[in-house]
Amino acid sequence: MASSDEENRQWIPFQQRPEWSDVTPIAQDDGPNPVVPIAYKDNFVETMDYFRALYQADERSPRALGLTTEAILLNPGNYTVWHFRRLILDALGADLHRELDFTETIANGNSKNYQLWHHRRWIAEKLGTNATSKELEFTKKILSLDAKHYHAWSHRQWVLEALGGWENELYYCDELLEEDIFNNSAWNQRYFVITRSPILGGLKAMRASEVNYTVKAIVAYPENESSWRYLRGLYKDDDHMWVNDPQVSSVCSKVLSAKHNFVFALSTLLDLMCHGFQPSQEFRDAVDALGTPDSDERGSDLATTVCSVLERVDPIRVNYWRWRKSKLFQAV
Amino acid sequence: MGELAAEKHVQYILSVEKKKDSFESVVMEHLRMNGAYWGLTTLDLLGKLHTVDVDQIVSWIIKCQHDSGGFGGNIGHDPHILYTLSAVQVLALFDKLDVLDIEKVSNYVVGLQNEDGSFSGDMWGEVDTRFSYIAICCLSLIHRLDKINVEKAVNYIVSCKNLDGGFGCTPGGESHAGQIFCCVGALAITGSLHRIDKDLLGWWLCERQVKNGGLNGRPEKLPDVCYSWWVLSSLIMIDRVHWIDKRKLVKFILDCQDMENGGISDRPDDAVDVYHTYFGVAGLSLLEYPGLKAIDPAYALPVDVVNRMFIGRKLKKEF
Repeated sequence: MASSDEENRQWIPFQQRPEWSDVTPIAQDDGPNPVVPIAYKDNFVETMDYFRALYQADERSPRALGLTTEAILLNPGNYTVWHFRRLILDALGADLHRELDFTETIANGNSKNYQLWHHRRWIAEKLGTNATSKELEFTKKILSLDAKHYHAWSHRQWVLEALGGWENELYYCDELLEEDIFNNSAWNQRYFVITRSPILGGLKAMRASEVNYTVKAIVAYPENESSWRYLRGLYKDDDHMWVNDPQVSSVCSKVLSAKHNFVFALSTLLDLMCHGFQPSQEFRDAVDALGTPDSDERGSDLATTVCSVLERVDPIRVNYWRWRKSKLFQAV
Repeated sequence: MGELAAEKHVQYILSVEKKKDSFESVVMEHLRMNGAYWGLTTLDLLGKLHTVDVDQIVSWIIKCQHDSGGFGGNIGHDPHILYTLSAVQVLALFDKLDVLDIEKVSNYVVGLQNEDGSFSGDMWGEVDTRFSYIAICCLSLIHRLDKINVEKAVNYIVSCKNLDGGFGCTPGGESHAGQIFCCVGALAITGSLHRIDKDLLGWWLCERQVKNGGLNGRPEKLPDVCYSWWVLSSLIMIDRVHWIDKRKLVKFILDCQDMENGGISDRPDDAVDVYHTYFGVAGLSLLEYPGLKAIDPAYALPVDVVNRMFIGRKLKKEF
């Protein structure tokens, strides 16, 4: 186990360690005139030479476990070392709770590493529901440092589905969104919870309260791509309800009349109209107030005007909005 | 706007092979196969593949193969589907796939498909839509797609589709441009692009372009040159690439070059590496930058290589 004491201690070459005198290290075979000949730091070279010797001899011993610890600390990305470590852990019947601590040490150094997370899942699978709370805590800790950490979210979703622990998950999403309402990962997790949690009753049961929550989030930050997409997702497979829910059109109207950060409100209004929404004069006035359209567009229908405004205020995607406009004519 | 320092990038890639004691070398040792793919494909796009010794590389690749048929990231390393695709791609670059025992390689990949249609990366069973793409791309390149259950593979990928039209690593996983490339690529190769909501996904993808012209991989994240590949190739496959501002993206990539020593970084003024150099050059190739070979957005190989494998083969069959 890598304690801080051990890390601070001077590194002793394996050749000078009496307990390793019976092992003949095996050098990396890069082939003749290798494509990418690599010169490694001495301690890395020696550690890997001893690792190859033990791996080839398939020595699943406590010292082999210690050696993989050192090798992983030097390069946590080495896939073969992790693989051998699992074979050793199995053979020794090692304490897997201690192994969780080890992966946490590695995660403190670099947590964006596929091997680490895969190893962690392997352990959790073996520990079963005994690992649930520890895994939720672990991912929470990683997410407190990087709230969009893809591996951590992926692991957390796996834990919930495989081991459970859904009870506080929606509350956890609330917490993260309170910290950063733009956190798309947290919105995604929220959707994951309301559609998959076995205790909340699914999307239909959650829709009303979630629409309320999302509308508030949108009004607070109308430039937030994530909350708008979430709102749309709440009406998945039910376009009719989406088009006719006054809460959806009124949040568009509210944002438009504030005349600020209105791109997503306009694009939602456009989508609604494309699905049959009949806008009132209030919408027409709100859109007109966003800027004078070109003279040849005066008097054109509202959807066309919306596209024109979007072309102007979101120039980097001008071709997308032009395409949307051309599609309106095709529909007619 | 600066120009592509093509010659410098060639020198940079060749120099990485010789660099001593660098941190990059140490951490790259176990994924040298991926490094070989990134470096050699970049050289090919720049028209300089002939400067390397083909026989040496091919004999090294063969040494990385295991009895199972899979390839390790280097000699003596365990096999994984990640390195198996890179090995096949590099051999394809050199038109040397005939050195492979095709049945053996395909059996390895086929054995990684799970009951639900998904793929594991190796015998330990990690599941991810990345591996679906890798398996499908790899089998297609060696003409053995018929050995897996394609329908189930496609259905699994579609089950990872999100409300924003994008795809994640497993069902319910957040949409991420890298995963989207994998899913769209796999659907393109299997002729299943109709399972995508192209307009919705296309809009999400073009929302990834930020003010400085670069692309990010998820909302509110920083732009990174690697997404010039992941986002752009996906947009091309679903025929929506004209929705972004290409000129601005070209400028962003060119601004990430090290004009002195060659190489491309993730963002302007960061340190360069082979990975981002590949994605930068490949992105520019997709943007039809002059002087670069065209790259295929699904197979991530030069178009002439892909044509040689598919069109050439048909002709041979006829004779």
